[in-house]
Amino acid sequence: MRKIGLREIEDIALGAALLGAGGGGDPYVGKLVAMGAIKECGAVTLLDPEEIPDDALIVPIAMMGAPTILGEKGIGGSEYKTLYDMIKQFYGKDIYAFMPIEAGGVNSMLPIAASARLGIPMVDADGMGRAFPELQMVTFTIGGMKATPMALTDEKGNCAIFNTITNKWTEELARAVTMSCGGSVSVSLYCMNGASLKKYAVKNIVTRSQKLGEAIRKVKDYTEGTPEDNFLKFTEGYKLFKAKISDVLRETRGAFNVGKVLLEGIGDYKGKSGYVEFQNENLVAVVEDEILATTPDLICLVDTETFYPITTDALKYGKRVLVVGLKCFEMWRTKEGLELVGPKYFGCDTDYIPLEERVKGGQA
Amino acid sequence: MYKLGIDVGGTNTDAVLIDEKLQVIAEYKQPTSKDIYDGILKALRAVLEQSGIDRKEISQAMLGTTQCTNAIVERKHLAPIGILRIGAPATLGIPAMVDWAEDIRKIAVSAEIIGGGFEYDGKELAAFDVAAARHFFENLKGKVESVAISCVFSTVRNEHEVLAAKLCKEIMGEDVHISISSEIGSMGLIERENATILNAALYQVAERFTEGFARSLKDEGVTNAKVYLSQNDGTLMTMEYARRYPILTIACGPTNSIRGASYLSDVKNAIVIDVGGTTTDLGVISQGFPRESSVAATIGGVRTNFRMPDVLSIGLGGGSIVRQKGDGSITVGPDSVGFEITSKAQVFGGDVLTATDIAVRLGRADIGDKCKVADIDEEMAKEAMKVIISLAEDGIDSMKISNGDIDVILVGGGSVILPEKLMGAKTVTKPNHFGIANAIGSAISKVSGTLEKLVNYDEISRDKALEQAKEEAVLIAVESGAIRETVEIIDVEDVPLAYYPGNTNRIKVKAAGDLAN
Repeated sequence: MRKIGLREIEDIALGAALLGAGGGGDPYVGKLVAMGAIKECGAVTLLDPEEIPDDALIVPIAMMGAPTILGEKGIGGSEYKTLYDMIKQFYGKDIYAFMPIEAGGVNSMLPIAASARLGIPMVDADGMGRAFPELQMVTFTIGGMKATPMALTDEKGNCAIFNTITNKWTEELARAVTMSCGGSVSVSLYCMNGASLKKYAVKNIVTRSQKLGEAIRKVKDYTEGTPEDNFLKFTEGYKLFKAKISDVLRETRGAFNVGKVLLEGIGDYKGKSGYVEFQNENLVAVVEDEILATTPDLICLVDTETFYPITTDALKYGKRVLVVGLKCFEMWRTKEGLELVGPKYFGCDTDYIPLEERVKGGQA
Repeated sequence: MYKLGIDVGGTNTDAVLIDEKLQVIAEYKQPTSKDIYDGILKALRAVLEQSGIDRKEISQAMLGTTQCTNAIVERKHLAPIGILRIGAPATLGIPAMVDWAEDIRKIAVSAEIIGGGFEYDGKELAAFDVAAARHFFENLKGKVESVAISCVFSTVRNEHEVLAAKLCKEIMGEDVHISISSEIGSMGLIERENATILNAALYQVAERFTEGFARSLKDEGVTNAKVYLSQNDGTLMTMEYARRYPILTIACGPTNSIRGASYLSDVKNAIVIDVGGTTTDLGVISQGFPRESSVAATIGGVRTNFRMPDVLSIGLGGGSIVRQKGDGSITVGPDSVGFEITSKAQVFGGDVLTATDIAVRLGRADIGDKCKVADIDEEMAKEAMKVIISLAEDGIDSMKISNGDIDVILVGGGSVILPEKLMGAKTVTKPNHFGIANAIGSAISKVSGTLEKLVNYDEISRDKALEQAKEEAVLIAVESGAIRETVEIIDVEDVPLAYYPGNTNRIKVKAAGDLAN
């Protein structure tokens, strides 16, 4: 058990941007929502999953919709209270703690605000260990859990509880409602007990996020080694490529921001070319026609000077980037995990080979 | 007819006079004075004397200044303000200025969030709470003279902001300064609100420099000139507009320098290397405008959604200190003798070895007394020059957008330390008047129009939507005073809104053209 205050939020937000692997939305607005709540209601207690009783009701908090719209409408004052009351009434039980469902991007921050406003703890765990674009893409699906009952509310006070027959339907119905509510809503889904949490969640991911953020913030403070060496060491990242963005090809396919960023090597990689394909998050990194990493491992593009993560929205011609691979949560590497979030699910014609093995075979 | 360009920077105040053919006929440079009026007056007198032209023949006068940026960074001369956000029940979870530093948050006398605002598609989010707005302004009356008003999705529809502004005038009086977010920033409420707040707090600073400029022109008999201020995007605004939107002047310094360099060398696509005394700034000019940075500008710790020119600063300048280490290897910078170069560098009789001394020793520059550096070992000087060149070449490589060679423009007082040939450079141009590129950039600025909106490509095709947006942007530029025939589209951006059903995109188009005489 420890407290999360304003200082910790800064680092968690920065780490969450990296864990977003290009997607998940810029955590900036989320950070402001968390700061607003903590300034008004005080610091949040962060619980280790092992501190949670098996029968405790644990409720994930997230936003659903377009991050651009969240950036305009923010969060109102009462969404989390509304969700709390709806869930409590549905289960006839008090909520023990909130948790993030997605440690990458803007959703990493919102449960902090919810916990502060309701005065209950947050669990140091999530269901992805990164960001993913679809709501069934959580470790809890591997555990056979359903997304619903899912509570949804907008800032105006409209609210609903969904009970659906499949997660696909949850996605479909919730997106329609989100659109009518103005494009950005607050939700609770995959409500679970402490026992399931301990079995399936990605544990201590908030702490990892904070450490990643701290590493980026302090990367230039160390006297030994280059900032790049330090960055790779502290994030346990694999250097895949260093390049200039030579073009960004985008299209909107269904609800997703799909595309490809073309890269031309700089420094030690001069003369080589590569690309990264994305669907909100980065999916596959290729250098000199060789695949160096695929989903579910994390492919992150960071600024070569500041090491700040760059989201797929912000990719721009001429930008200089370091392409880094981070190992994903173990459970994603199982057969069940890969069916949900492996390269084939996203239409990439390749088998999943763990990042560390691909890199050994490649030139990095 | 002549154009007058003046640039008041942190260190120097530059002035330039150019004729109808945009040829430089007079230039002047001096350290920036404490009082902006005195500094401008002195520079103005100098160029008028130098050129001997009839001062009534000056038809346009442009001022570029970093006064606003300095005020924000130094927390000086900022006025107390009231902050009204329209958007409840949305945004209540994020109070205004929530991540601002304590020392600058003090400018807010009162901040409130009231009912109102719009959805992304223009639907009303909530009704505008007239009673709450009235109450807010009544409480503020007599306490502040400037108010910042923002509203959720005011970039889509601005009616609630306009209504609030009207009420504000009605209650607080005609003379109250009102800053409206829809006229200042783009999408992203908090960044837009931040920029609006800074704008409101800058009104006295803006009054001082616009009045200073106008008064110095009048006192010197320059009475026929239309007067403009440079904006951060390399385009112009009127004095009246600058008084209302001073925040738009931030970052005009690097923009003017890059554009001025491009003009002087007549190259529209290039890397501009501005070598100063301590640092060298590298920027990219593309189609006559600077490439923008992909990160939102943070000014004095406050995040806004303005884009700054993409500038890379490296620790190399005319005053960079050159050292030989024990193993014989040589370092150049990043420390520098800075403005003390005229007393500390060896060519000026000092005892510090600088990059300028190396250039003079190798016969690349003729500054100071070259006899004073004659005894520097030639091999050592050549090694030091190699280090200087490789610093510049690494910088060029970092800014390039492809592996092909690119044209390079060298400007700035310290540019004498760099040679005419650099790896990665197709050509290296050192234009005349390179020391006053800022003031030139200011004098040749264009007028622009920007259009930003959300469009669903399922309802209208992308091509058609972009075409319409371009036409609208051109119209806005013409309304701002551009000659229609010269208006060009200078930026087109469309970004799909991720996680979103439907095919909604954010379109931003900017057009700019020459100013009508």
